[in-house]
Amino acid sequence: MATDGGAYSYSLTVFSPSGKLVQIEHALAAVAGGTTSLGIKASNGIVIATEKKTSSILIDDSMLDKVCVICPNIGIVYSGMGPDFRVLVAKARKSAQAYWKIYGEYPPTRVLTQEIATVMQQATQSGGVRPYGVSLLVAGWDVNRGPSLYQVDPSGSYWAWKASAIGKNMVNAKTFLEKRYNDDISLEDAIHTALLTLKEGFEGQMTEKTIEIGVVTVPTPTEIDAERMAGPNDRPKPTFRKLSEEEVRDYLAL
Amino acid sequence: MSIMEYNGGSVIAMVGKGCVAIGSDLRLGNQALTVATNFEKVFPVTDRIYLGMSGLATDVATLREQFRFRVNMYQIKEERDIEPEAFAHLVSSTLYERRFGPYFIEPVIGGLWKTQGGEYKPYIAAADLIGCLNFAKDFVVAGTASEKLFGVAEGLWEPDLEPEDLFETISQTLMNGVDRDAYSGWGAIIHIVTPDKVVTRTLKGRMD
Repeated sequence: MATDGGAYSYSLTVFSPSGKLVQIEHALAAVAGGTTSLGIKASNGIVIATEKKTSSILIDDSMLDKVCVICPNIGIVYSGMGPDFRVLVAKARKSAQAYWKIYGEYPPTRVLTQEIATVMQQATQSGGVRPYGVSLLVAGWDVNRGPSLYQVDPSGSYWAWKASAIGKNMVNAKTFLEKRYNDDISLEDAIHTALLTLKEGFEGQMTEKTIEIGVVTVPTPTEIDAERMAGPNDRPKPTFRKLSEEEVRDYLAL
Repeated sequence: MSIMEYNGGSVIAMVGKGCVAIGSDLRLGNQALTVATNFEKVFPVTDRIYLGMSGLATDVATLREQFRFRVNMYQIKEERDIEPEAFAHLVSSTLYERRFGPYFIEPVIGGLWKTQGGEYKPYIAAADLIGCLNFAKDFVVAGTASEKLFGVAEGLWEPDLEPEDLFETISQTLMNGVDRDAYSGWGAIIHIVTPDKVVTRTLKGRMD
């Protein structure tokens, strides 16, 4: 018998007498041990950012992707276990394309977040699996709700945030964001606040190699109408994109 | 005889200035025998979208319920009304799902969508029985009288018609079109969709 969590430690689907599912608590611990990621909603967009850590200087970090594009209007970042994130990214991308096949447009941020959350919830109730060891920040833009930022946890619960942080320094980072945040912050300011917040708990040097940033930009009303009148051969103009190393370097220099 | 002509019936949709019109005849037949003269083929989808279906009557009824189900699920999931363009794609993909054993209907969609400036723009589309979308700027037709409807519509339709004029144009087109088709007719129903209301009128037609 396990010494710390007692008899409830191993079965995924058995509640402990206190009403907790211990495996989910453990998954949250895995997230809390992961590198810090954060997201800030600005008046004209959203920024999501994370710290990219490699265990050895010999690893080619240009191969690592922690901020991922799901579809042209949505991107996500994670804290926790890399391999689990990869699986979720693949599922999310597939789900976005399935939505496109039915409706001819990409899913709203909330719908995609729900789909990911459903996948994560299922891993807390199915036999032979463990919960995903990641928390996600989902940033996206859609015509109905505009820019929105969601956090999804291993339990499958999700919330919308104005700004949030996950991973190792989440408590400190959130306190920092609470102090810094206001509703009419611009995207440029939000990017700088994001970098400043990451800096608080950063181990080592902050460079374009150790930081990843993704941004959501809000299109103008004219662009939105033009998009809807576009023909079937026109590709949608992305509203989410990852910043290139050059762009990250420029933001770090300021 | 083709299964598409088994029950007869025709549908049409037209674009106006800030409005759309969509209508159908009222005949339900069993080949040449008329069974009912109150069989409407146009159904509301949202406050601003209507769907018309011509073809095999049993499939018209089945798909009406199928689309009602899918649109209701969409509304609950997304907490908003579906837009005409997304609905057209939903119709298209629903039909293509049965690519090798299709529903024998041809859908016609008419609706309004809101621009960022708050103005409403008309949207019409039609598809074949496996969901190949035809997005038109003027009018779309379907059913046993489609060839005749094309001809009359080509002659009568003009751009930027106000709701009342559009009603006259679509009514004349439909009535005169179906009079030259033995499988369509026996009256018609027309819906004029404008940003603030939908006007529905039933028309009497020849009974021969």
